[in-house]
Amino acid sequence: MKKYFKIFMNGIIDENPTFRMVLGMCPTLAITTAASNGIGMGLAVTFVLIFSNLVISLMRKAIPDQIRIPAFIVVIATFVTIVQLIIKAFFPALDESLGVFIPLIVVNCIIFGRAEAFAFKNPPADAAVDGLGMGIGFTLAITLISAIREVFGVGTLFGVQVMPAGFPPMGILIKPAGGFIVLGLTLAAMNCLLPKKA
Amino acid sequence: MNAVLTILIGSIFVNNFAMSRFYGICPFLGVSKKLETAFGMGMAVTFVMAIASLVAYLVNQYLLIAFNLEYLQVIAFILVIAVLVQIVEMIIRKISPGLYQALGVYLPLITTNCAVLGVAQLNVTEGYNLVLSVLNGVASALGYTLAICLFAGIRERLSLGNLPKWMEGFPGAMIAAGLMAVAFNGFSGLI
Repeated sequence: MKKYFKIFMNGIIDENPTFRMVLGMCPTLAITTAASNGIGMGLAVTFVLIFSNLVISLMRKAIPDQIRIPAFIVVIATFVTIVQLIIKAFFPALDESLGVFIPLIVVNCIIFGRAEAFAFKNPPADAAVDGLGMGIGFTLAITLISAIREVFGVGTLFGVQVMPAGFPPMGILIKPAGGFIVLGLTLAAMNCLLPKKA
Repeated sequence: MNAVLTILIGSIFVNNFAMSRFYGICPFLGVSKKLETAFGMGMAVTFVMAIASLVAYLVNQYLLIAFNLEYLQVIAFILVIAVLVQIVEMIIRKISPGLYQALGVYLPLITTNCAVLGVAQLNVTEGYNLVLSVLNGVASALGYTLAICLFAGIRERLSLGNLPKWMEGFPGAMIAAGLMAVAFNGFSGLI
């Protein structure tokens, strides 16, 4: 049990995909204009991560080393298609705001990186927990960034007005430029706050 | 003619892949420490994106739509791109060792560059025909090359500067990219 907890926490703090590994930057920058987008994208990635890690780990003895990359791609693309169809059917508003970045989860380097670095070398239960930890770590990070951008850029959080009426929203923050700047400042802050890497 | 011009200006400047659509940010941050490598990456991406737009269009039109398999789009496109990158790598190695030397290292990386899959998806959602798809692929890639080269130039200078410790590396680069994006935002009224 302790082992699984350690693997889980690894994804959230020690090897946080966004703040520590600086992976999967495309969705982190593109769709973080509203906190609800952040959660939606984070959970979609978490789902794909858990199942792709699990399946790749189950098949790790059957996949020859030379063709592992195409095999990973097919497994990941399958689960992304599943997520895409689910979101399209049940959350049309989310589908609208995430747009092309749902299919682009396929090339999210977090998922690829975990398949290569963890799932291909570890037993299924470990791999699934690793996927969950990494996914939650990504969700937390991306939700934090989108909450900052939404609160200061629009004045709302999850669509609810939180800033006082006299607060002038900083429109630049929900523009592309704001994505880079908020992410840069958050990364800098995390460099100071998170415990130093051993 | 109007459509061509709109795509050219739109894809290179207004909806720049790196600066406004956020496609291909991993290599944008990863291989932009030196101007030379950034240019090499840009050229490799341009090459692959032009061919990928063409092949993805054909696959979509004559395979997926013809057989009612549109829901397999993601899987089909990513496989096409992975295969394509492999083939392009082998062909270049055979016919032009010089170009292979220049692009070689970047080619395998392109499979996971979301700009390539992104442009294929974008062409489908925009409903471009064959010619416009390829044009959009090339123009978007040129815009990407422009952005990554400019960014590499900035980072070369930045690495000599005296940044506070917690700003070194990614945070500093990110802010620089942000300021660049502000500049690119100025194009937004063009079309």
